[in-house]
Amino acid sequence: MNDMRPVERAVDTNEIKFDCKDCQVYYGEKHAIIDVDVKIEDKTVTAFIGPSGCGKSTFLRCLNRMNDTIDICRVEGQFLLDGEEIYDKRVDPVQLRAKVGMVFQRPNPFPKSIYDNIAYGPRIHGLAKNKAELDEIVEKSLRRGAIWDEVKDRLDAPGTGLSGGQQQRLCIARAVATEPEVLLMDEPCSALDPIATSQVEELIDELRENYSVVIVTHSMQQAARVSQKTAFFHLGNLVEFGETGQIFTNPKDPRTESYITGRIG
Amino acid sequence: MTDAIAQTPDEPRRVDVGSLMAHDERTRRRNRAERRFQLYGLTAIGVGLLALVVLLVSILSQGLPAFQQTFITLDVHLDATKLDKNGTRDIEEIKKVSTFGYAPLIKAAAEAKMEELGINPEEFGVTGKDAQAMISKEAAAQLRRFVIANPDRIGDTVEFEFLANGRIDGYYKGRVTMESAERDSNVSPGQLQLADALKQGGALSKHFNWSFITAADASENRPEAAGIGVAIIGSLYMMIVVLCLALPIGVAASIYLEEFAPTNWFTDLIEVNISNLAAVPSIVFGILGLAIFINYAGLPQSAPIVGGLVLTLMTLPTIIISTRASLKSVPPSIRDAALGVGASKMQSVFHHVLPLAMPGILTGTIIGLAQALGETAPLMLIGMVAFVREFPSAPPEGFFDPASALPVQVYNWTQRADPAFVERASGAIIVLLLFLLCMNMIAIILRRRFERRW
Repeated sequence: MNDMRPVERAVDTNEIKFDCKDCQVYYGEKHAIIDVDVKIEDKTVTAFIGPSGCGKSTFLRCLNRMNDTIDICRVEGQFLLDGEEIYDKRVDPVQLRAKVGMVFQRPNPFPKSIYDNIAYGPRIHGLAKNKAELDEIVEKSLRRGAIWDEVKDRLDAPGTGLSGGQQQRLCIARAVATEPEVLLMDEPCSALDPIATSQVEELIDELRENYSVVIVTHSMQQAARVSQKTAFFHLGNLVEFGETGQIFTNPKDPRTESYITGRIG
Repeated sequence: MTDAIAQTPDEPRRVDVGSLMAHDERTRRRNRAERRFQLYGLTAIGVGLLALVVLLVSILSQGLPAFQQTFITLDVHLDATKLDKNGTRDIEEIKKVSTFGYAPLIKAAAEAKMEELGINPEEFGVTGKDAQAMISKEAAAQLRRFVIANPDRIGDTVEFEFLANGRIDGYYKGRVTMESAERDSNVSPGQLQLADALKQGGALSKHFNWSFITAADASENRPEAAGIGVAIIGSLYMMIVVLCLALPIGVAASIYLEEFAPTNWFTDLIEVNISNLAAVPSIVFGILGLAIFINYAGLPQSAPIVGGLVLTLMTLPTIIISTRASLKSVPPSIRDAALGVGASKMQSVFHHVLPLAMPGILTGTIIGLAQALGETAPLMLIGMVAFVREFPSAPPEGFFDPASALPVQVYNWTQRADPAFVERASGAIIVLLLFLLCMNMIAIILRRRFERRW
């Protein structure tokens, strides 16, 4: 335990982005998320792990109110983003989602050109005054998505024509094009092959410099590789939350240990 | 559990097939059942195709002659003493001469033609009056229209192609024979022989008849002059009304129901009612149209606007159902993607979902329009069965003028006694089927063209 302390302190110096307390989510009668308390830090990759159906994706979707689109879903508790309650009546989810971007499990580029895929977000938020500025944003985003070199000659080609890994990096580039502060990733590599996965993981590590990244993953190796903080969910409960190193080497809760060693899940 | 299993619990229960080369009874039975099912399917398709072939052959064989017509060519001297007694060439004066005034001119022209060809109608036992009856009653009207349009030609001799009487026309289409003419009070074998002589002399010929498509309906005793022009225009006007109303209303309703409406008992109720409306007999919409649009709102009878409104009500459920289906088929990941980059609900629908659903929406709309185009029953209730000779004027006033519609015209013609109208009705059906075929083709092309993969 002692050898972990300096690292914990180092991470604690980061600013807190999300401060969630007593979070409850219900799907109709089903209590899907029970009493979850999590603090998500800036410039950090936070991984949510856990067995299928444990609520990690549900919780992730609460962070940018994507669950609003599900009629039977009810959310309670405190979700503070930079000290502001995101479920407040005055908050427009559209503005929130511009601040908290999202990348989905399956690559879902729009059936439009690569350029339009990236330019769509900046266009609807009015981030560019003219074509030159928009071009600049597109190039910068594609570079951040680590896909610029592969697509710079065919920006007019349809985004759906790219390979799976390229599509996912395109989606990441699309998400960063609106300059969000937090980037939510819902199992971004589950539909990708190992090479594409390692490219996306490298990208996530680079993104940490500018964003707070929250990633849901099924792969514990991936969580160990890319994240600094890890949260383990089980049956809707947050079982353990802490330093990635500590969770994987010295878990406090027996359930975490069972999951990591492969006995449950 | 049987004893056998209880005795050997570890032994798996295998299917005893014996040699793979020999089929066992169960396999044979299964294969027979499959072959039988395929046979049923093939029989069903065969029956369907046969029915289609019979339908097409009967319609085409009866209807195609309608596009051909027998004409008699005459040189008519537009006698100034008869058409313009005062010689003023005043158009109002000329208009006072009715079609009765033109009949002698045609009679004279016919006599001159027969003399020129060396034909004596008396040889065939045909009186001068009967010889004139071989030319359609429409001829005088045709002549009068020409003179009113070209008053300066009065005094000249002009070549005209007059329609032959329906019976004479039927003779060249196989509808009338020498034997049937014996029994027919409207035509005599002598007239048919005279027609043959005229044909030999080159004064009578059969060729394509544009006026079938462009002309208005004609009265009971001149089937040769009847056309589907007014019906085509009426149908076209109604389709314009239906498209302009049903497409925006239907698409807006479906978008709201599919994308925005909360799921509660009220939207469930609406949904059930839309599905039920799609199954309501069309004549019910006709009664509704009569009660609301004509009796209550006071719109004119027989007008394309009322027909269009009624057909809009009828088409809406079809459009809403197909639009909702195509909105539903857009993958939710596209909506997520749009919401994820901070698009509002409406932006995600209009920028992403609607363009992807467009081919399905257009296909559904065109199929709904095609359905409306072929609808007869509701139009009869709102007075579109009327006999309409006048072409409706150009839109928008034309929407309020009386007009006919293609399917109603078919219905009208099949009710008339003269067999020549059966041919006309089949011809109109061919035109209607061609329109439907074109609309379905457009639907297929649109679907192919805009279909995207994601």
